[in-house]
Amino acid sequence: MTDIEKIFDEMGYGPALEDASSAHDWLCQHDNAFGHWIADKWTPPCRDFKSINPADGSVLAELSQGTKDDIDSAIRAAGSALSGWQSLSGYQRGQYLYAIARQIQKNSRLFAVLETIDNGKPIRETRDIDVPLAARHFYHHAGWAPLVEQELSDSQPVGVVGQIIPWNFPLLMLAWKVAPALAAGNTVVLKPAEYTSLTALLFAELSHQCGLPKGVLNIVTGDGVTGRLLVEHRAIDKLAFTGSTEVGREIRKATAGSGKALTLELGGKSPFIVFSDADMDSAIEGVVDGIWFNQGEVCCAGSRLLVQESVAAEFESSIKRRMETLRVGSPLDKAIDMGALVDPIQLRRIQRYVEIGKIEGGICWQSKASLPNEGCFFPPTLFTGVYPSHTLAREEVFGPVLVLMTFRTHEEAISLANNSRYGLAASIWSENINLALDVASQLKAGVVWINSTNQFDAGSGFGGYRESGFGREGGIEGLWAYRRAREDLLPDEGLAPHLSEKIHYPKGSETLDRTRKMYIGGKQVRPDGGYSRAVVGHSGELLGEVGEGNRKDIRNSVEAAKAAGGWSKIGAHGRAQVLYFLAENLEARSEEFAMCLANTTGVSGKQEVQSSVKRLFSYASWCDKFEGIVHQAPAGQIVIALPEPIGVFGIICPEESPLLAMVSLLSPVIAMGNTAVLVPSEVCPLVATEFYQVLATSDVPAGVVNIITGSKSILAPVLAEHDDVDAIWCAEHAEIGQVIENLSTGNLKQTWITQGSRNWADSKIGEGREFLRRATQVKNLWVPYGE
Amino acid sequence: MKIEDIKEAKELVLPNRNPGIALDLSWLTHQRVNRTATERRINDLAGRRTVKKQWQAAWLLRALTCIDLTTLDGGDTSTNVTRLCAKARFPLRADLVAALGMSSHSVASVCVYPSLVEIACSSLDGSGIPVASVAAGFPDGLTKLDHRLGEVVEAKTSGAAEIDIVIGRHWVLSADWYGLYQEVQAFRQAAGHTKLKVILGTGNLGNLTNVSKASLVAMMAGADFIKTSTGKEAINATLPVSLVMLRAIRHYYEQTGFPVGFKAAGGIRRAKDALMYLMLVHEELGKDWLSKKYFRIGASGLLIDLSRQLEHCITGRYSSDRRHPMG
Repeated sequence: MTDIEKIFDEMGYGPALEDASSAHDWLCQHDNAFGHWIADKWTPPCRDFKSINPADGSVLAELSQGTKDDIDSAIRAAGSALSGWQSLSGYQRGQYLYAIARQIQKNSRLFAVLETIDNGKPIRETRDIDVPLAARHFYHHAGWAPLVEQELSDSQPVGVVGQIIPWNFPLLMLAWKVAPALAAGNTVVLKPAEYTSLTALLFAELSHQCGLPKGVLNIVTGDGVTGRLLVEHRAIDKLAFTGSTEVGREIRKATAGSGKALTLELGGKSPFIVFSDADMDSAIEGVVDGIWFNQGEVCCAGSRLLVQESVAAEFESSIKRRMETLRVGSPLDKAIDMGALVDPIQLRRIQRYVEIGKIEGGICWQSKASLPNEGCFFPPTLFTGVYPSHTLAREEVFGPVLVLMTFRTHEEAISLANNSRYGLAASIWSENINLALDVASQLKAGVVWINSTNQFDAGSGFGGYRESGFGREGGIEGLWAYRRAREDLLPDEGLAPHLSEKIHYPKGSETLDRTRKMYIGGKQVRPDGGYSRAVVGHSGELLGEVGEGNRKDIRNSVEAAKAAGGWSKIGAHGRAQVLYFLAENLEARSEEFAMCLANTTGVSGKQEVQSSVKRLFSYASWCDKFEGIVHQAPAGQIVIALPEPIGVFGIICPEESPLLAMVSLLSPVIAMGNTAVLVPSEVCPLVATEFYQVLATSDVPAGVVNIITGSKSILAPVLAEHDDVDAIWCAEHAEIGQVIENLSTGNLKQTWITQGSRNWADSKIGEGREFLRRATQVKNLWVPYGE
Repeated sequence: MKIEDIKEAKELVLPNRNPGIALDLSWLTHQRVNRTATERRINDLAGRRTVKKQWQAAWLLRALTCIDLTTLDGGDTSTNVTRLCAKARFPLRADLVAALGMSSHSVASVCVYPSLVEIACSSLDGSGIPVASVAAGFPDGLTKLDHRLGEVVEAKTSGAAEIDIVIGRHWVLSADWYGLYQEVQAFRQAAGHTKLKVILGTGNLGNLTNVSKASLVAMMAGADFIKTSTGKEAINATLPVSLVMLRAIRHYYEQTGFPVGFKAAGGIRRAKDALMYLMLVHEELGKDWLSKKYFRIGASGLLIDLSRQLEHCITGRYSSDRRHPMG
């Protein structure tokens, strides 16, 4: 029997290997050794560590470990390039990005092959997904470069940006980081992951061919030690990191109080929810795309499969059948579904998780797909008998391991889906649009795909809720992460009132003694600790006492704020009504508040009260006008970017403009549907204790605003550490800001620390879109259509 | 027979033919097909599978053996039908067959209009190649039922070994599944031992969910094959439609144990397209379905392109149509 006759009888797939010689030729041109790319040239290679092809263990190249000197000179190069880069017109910057996009396309197969041998992912993915999306990202942002000046006119570039990217999508993550940074007018120092630096180095060479000005892009290779040098460097204005939640936390700690802007795109344990009315066959393919794409080494992998009980048995057997037709093999083979894992360390990590899964009682099912004899391969794996209390249902495996759990009702599906510290992505399968959109609206995830999964586009934001990080990449949402407010904040200009050293107690009493309390859950309550603090006027006279808040007061108020989550569901018009009413009632008592301010500051408070009323009115107006975007999505899709409330806010008010600052911070937060625990000015807390009476008479639902008076340095850390506080704004001096950022790592809450004082009376500085953007997080909802 | 009875019966003996089952409407109500997700699977598959070198040659040959070599033209006469039959006997140039090291293979059948069945039969006498006839008011299926049934009987009497009937699409569009079931059953009865291929006319069915339901009803009524199109609709065989039909075949097989064949027809002209269909069948139903017993492509021009590509596999040079005998 001839070969062909035998194949004709057996009808199997043969090998279909992509030729990798072009990539090896390129490596050879560099003697298989690379230095760093700094100021438009290579540093001499140091051969510190090896880049290995995980499919066969062969050494591809020897790379250099970035030292302190390397990082210094890269950052210096980026710093010197900054003014030249920014003096170009947006159009000129756009031309460079456009050239880069074109060059990626012209060299697309070289990039694809190089990525595949370096990372182990199938050539299909690098060729059809990674590289085209990377080019698309540069095209998209080539267009943003000139548009930024018009569309984001109230902002300016951040400056020198440090970027650290992971090994799972090396070139694509580079594109996600570099393209918006450059388009927004920044210069960059990028560190690729040590397993997968090669496409970044090829990209460096290509940027040179495009004539990108010296120092605008610098690439330093190395492991976490090099990364830390970059993170801790004083001359970095912003850090953008994609990687594990663990490292994200370290970066948050290391940058706390530094004033560096930070965006984190971290891990996930994303739910993949299948309802009984789904197109089951398509949902099965969705599972394949969700968890066996890129060997499961995907931050937004649909690793938690939730299936409605009534169809679970059938669905499980369908997955098992489908698993048998998955082909695992050489990443260069054009007819495989899964390639190699990135490194033996990752393989061992996955094996360890599978062992834990078995020990905890999960039932492991693996496809009988033949694996290559050598290299880092792991078969598609399904676990059943897994419950939320099992490790495999909670922790990110970052490998081809899927867990299946069942649910009874859609409420239960939502609860299970949200029962996670992460909130990156989610996939919903149902042919009932009411059901799908209802669930989508309730999931805590930055990206929600309906009847699809793992869809990406440069024009749509990507990023997480909760401990999956903060900040978005892609679209206009992503650009904001590379811009900052144009107005620099004022140094303290003596706006804050001063505490008098001595207290003058009143002689005799003309009025009844007043007790100012805390305001928790819509009730006036006494401080848990039973202590009070004196409040004195500008000339030292005792104005009254307020409660000395402690950690239990914070605990109680966070509970109340969390329980008031229904505030986000009453609708924008309803919230606007409440804020207008607040403005109305504050104005009605303006004399009283003006007097209260005058007693503390010694100057008339009339103007401040008037500004506060206006500010409330302004955010009442914004309630139903701060809207999402419908993205220009790939054809056949509607992609909606929805600004959603973040949850429970901690607000630490500054000392200056005690009433106006408080109102300016509180009103955007509640206007967008969040609830708040507010710590007012220490010098003039009486405006806050008066203000709760306004709250109580303005239909603000119980728990939406909670006010705890006391020492900010005692209360702020408790809020920062609290895992049910989702965001903290602090317009207070830097030391408290640093403490807050340091302690915020527990649940990676979003922080906004203002350094210096604001002139709150200036509506350009004291209110506006930036406040609203920071009071919301964007959920990108992908809705494909077609019958 | 009910599904439960059949499941027990299949333990004993796997029948050669799908005998059909009682109409199960509850099964249909759960059938849902999402178009965009279905299309995504197809787009994805094109990148996930390919065959190269000798595998490509073997797969191209396999495609060749699954062709129902077809002419269904208003101008058909004995001239072009006999010429087509000659091509069916010798689908590939002898030097190519030799170079591939294969024993000779023919196409699966020759498919013609009922009035040309006898001519085709005599042309193919002794070749072992069956003649298939379209019937039942082809292509629209809107003549009276007794006429359509009569056509089936006549085609059989004229010597057709396979009959491709069309369904009345109105049954699907008005969701009268019982009507469709009865009609296909009547054709099955009229066809007797002749192989029955049921053309759904998917281009007329409105959406993929209807394609899925119509596929199931045709199989429940005893179809040996379900077939996409007549070739006369505005949209004929497409990969997404085929995917939906293949999945229906798999569900039917899983539930009943009866394997049903699949035929894609209309618009498949390139070897590359044919390979996509083969790979789709391979992925969804497995290689057991990849023979003329369960898989057909209704085509005519495709054969020449397959020949050209096979010549390329052998010589490494791109060939021209004119070097391959026309059918």
